[in-house]
Amino acid sequence: MRVHSDPGGTSPPAIVFDHIDKRFGAVHANRSIHLAIARGDIHALVGENGAGKSTLMSILFGFYQADSGRILIDGQESKITSPSDAIASGIGMVHQHFMLVEPMSVADNLMLGHEGGFALAGGRKALLAKLDALARDYDLTIEPDAIVSDLPVGLQQRVELLKSLVRDADILVLDEPTAVLTPGEADRLFALLRDLKARGKTIILITHKLREVMEIADRVSVLRQGACVGTYPIVDTNEAALAEAMIGRRVHMPERADTLADDEPLLTVEALCVRDARGGMAVKDVSLMVRPGEILGIAGVAGNGQTELLEALAGLRAATSGSIRFKNSDISHATPADLHALGIRHIPEDRLRYALAYPFAVWENCLIGADDEQGSLIARQTVMGDAARLMQAYDVRPADPLLRAGALSGGNQQKLVLGREIEQRPRLLLVGQPTRGVDIGAIAFIHRRLLDLRAQGVAILLVSVELDEILRLSDRILVMQEGRIAGERRAGETDERDLGLLMAGIA
Amino acid sequence: MSAPVPLPAWADRLLMPLLALATAALAAALLLFGIGENPADALAIMLRGALGSGEGIGFTLYYATNFIFTGLAVALAYHAGLFNIGAEGQATMAGIGAALFIFAAEPITQGFLLIPIGIVGAMIFGAVWAAIPGWLQAWRGSHVVITTIMFNFLAAIVSVYLLVNVIGKEGSMQPETRLIADGAQLWTMQAMLGALGFKSPSTPLNFAFVLALLAAFAVWVLIFRSKFGFHLRLIGTGNDAARYAGINTQRMIVLAMALSGALAAGMAVNEVMGVQHRVVIEFTSGYGFVGIAVALMGRNHPVGVILSALLFGALYQGGTELAFERPAITRDLIVTLSGLVIFCVGALDQLYRKPLAQLLARREPG
Repeated sequence: MRVHSDPGGTSPPAIVFDHIDKRFGAVHANRSIHLAIARGDIHALVGENGAGKSTLMSILFGFYQADSGRILIDGQESKITSPSDAIASGIGMVHQHFMLVEPMSVADNLMLGHEGGFALAGGRKALLAKLDALARDYDLTIEPDAIVSDLPVGLQQRVELLKSLVRDADILVLDEPTAVLTPGEADRLFALLRDLKARGKTIILITHKLREVMEIADRVSVLRQGACVGTYPIVDTNEAALAEAMIGRRVHMPERADTLADDEPLLTVEALCVRDARGGMAVKDVSLMVRPGEILGIAGVAGNGQTELLEALAGLRAATSGSIRFKNSDISHATPADLHALGIRHIPEDRLRYALAYPFAVWENCLIGADDEQGSLIARQTVMGDAARLMQAYDVRPADPLLRAGALSGGNQQKLVLGREIEQRPRLLLVGQPTRGVDIGAIAFIHRRLLDLRAQGVAILLVSVELDEILRLSDRILVMQEGRIAGERRAGETDERDLGLLMAGIA
Repeated sequence: MSAPVPLPAWADRLLMPLLALATAALAAALLLFGIGENPADALAIMLRGALGSGEGIGFTLYYATNFIFTGLAVALAYHAGLFNIGAEGQATMAGIGAALFIFAAEPITQGFLLIPIGIVGAMIFGAVWAAIPGWLQAWRGSHVVITTIMFNFLAAIVSVYLLVNVIGKEGSMQPETRLIADGAQLWTMQAMLGALGFKSPSTPLNFAFVLALLAAFAVWVLIFRSKFGFHLRLIGTGNDAARYAGINTQRMIVLAMALSGALAAGMAVNEVMGVQHRVVIEFTSGYGFVGIAVALMGRNHPVGVILSALLFGALYQGGTELAFERPAITRDLIVTLSGLVIFCVGALDQLYRKPLAQLLARREPG
């Protein structure tokens, strides 16, 4: 049952964004957004990348100042010019990328910025008392002396949340909180959020998972191109309607055709072991194969060895033992250049680190790993024309090859990388998190392209933490857990719950 | 390295260096005022000394030649994400290289062929002296900032040893070589202009200045128009995109350092083949270090390097005149003044970035 704690509107809303307007140069990030968050509500904020969610929250948290408009907290106009003002106003933020000092203990992280004087002992005592109280009120126990980097991601997120709670935040903003969680951990987080709500906290949930919105939120506001296009009680809406409101048109998610003919494997991996950057064994004894015209999905919670596996296959990380073969050639020790020559291309998980050079123009980014045809001098006009065509064909907007790659939104960056790699006519495509930070319209586009490649007989190895994506695209699914293959499933013989159990290492 | 606060290109490339320069000028004015000199007079003397006569301009351009070469050396390495502060040592070794190649070729020819031979010798020695730290970084992980500093000292010691014990002029107490053959000496600007029918005063300015401008153009083409330069800049972004793209990053680091050293060698060509006509001990006189400030101020762009090299050339020549005319202002004070410019342009470069960005953002229409 969902409770609207303030149905009659007798007390003022917890927060009113009163016609907030913000521009960054030519970009109109917030267009006179008017939006009320009722006290005690779980209020979801949805919208595509670049719709203005982050800008609005950054204004609430004092990172930016609105050009015009006011923020009312409990009916009072408040001047928030810095994060410490926001904290003083009772606003807490749980960032998507945790703001934690990993080598320090939980207690040290919670005290940071609130040490309570020169000597730490007093502040620590007060903190521990507060943690005890919180543990009583909610199901929120945590070991204060544990080192943050030793904690699983779910608990790190709890520390991030506790940072707000020990500062007595009444209004909690959570930015994509389930992005790094297993389905089970997400369920526990939602239980906690309901608990917090029951004790009168107001929660703003930023997410792109509409299913979660329907599950937990009381109300949802949709932002599109900087404007708020509507606020709906959850009971009056549904996923399809929200998706349509977000992008202003209907989106058809592509369907996967039936499995194609069996064939000799194109990629064969046997007993592969790979170490991570810190020297620990990240990939343990992994064997797999991918056939032409097949998508092999690799599911798993982030950080279970998928990244290292993909890097090893792409020639970016040396394998400790085991073998990788492409048809009959051994590519265990191949460099990226060798792989390019064989027709193996890679859409990496980390666009920023590998696939793009942010300070470079888009047309130059179109040459990264794709300039074999260039002579010693680069044929600028030709490349720029090709880049413009690629931007058209892969719907990269704005379609200006002279733009810096860093100025594109995440979805457009991803489409650029996708386009560049597909244009190299791969036989095997290694794909990592193809839709991370990508909006719904672009997700449909990217999925369609991957399925087209599959239909053309390209072998695709897909690593993703999004189970929806894995289930929609894959012919076969491997689940990685702590570096090992925890199980293999055929498409159609599994579901989210089944995979979730494998991911958690329970099945 | 990406700037923390983005500024429009014109502000970044023009306004910021000018503001830094103005700060240096202000500090210098206070300093001069403090020792009882009139800053305005001093500035007038410097300007007149640097640009007020054909002779002054000749000297200014001669100094600028050295700064263009060393500035280009630093700028090229910077685009690959490498901070080469060893231009000084690379130029020192390049001077030895030029002399060795010329002396070796003199029995065969006395003609103009000695000039390319000397230049090639200088470039090979400079390149090798820079490539070793590059190799050490690429394959052994020792940072070029550390190794190039150490290689400056090594070059100084090796050059003294060679000049005293191996290639020094026989029967002389001076640690220097004998003169190179006439054919190996670069044409002076006076001679070149004279051949065209122009009269000009006798200054150290020589053909190396033309070479410096050609080198700047070549560096521009290499960095911004060639595939090699694209790979170089991709490495310079500091992320792993270069490795992802299939570029052999280790090989590229060694090559970038070698090219940087070969550019620093141009400074030795100017001094050894253009002016001194022999290798004199410590002929590099710190030009290699000033090259760092030149590259920084020129935003690592060849055009910027030329402009800031001209500025530093004028500063050197004007400063010399000032020390000559004002007894209270010693040579040391001139070093202090150029130090102030380097400090403001190099170290305080970011001082105005944030306020400037805020000011510009406020003026943004909206």
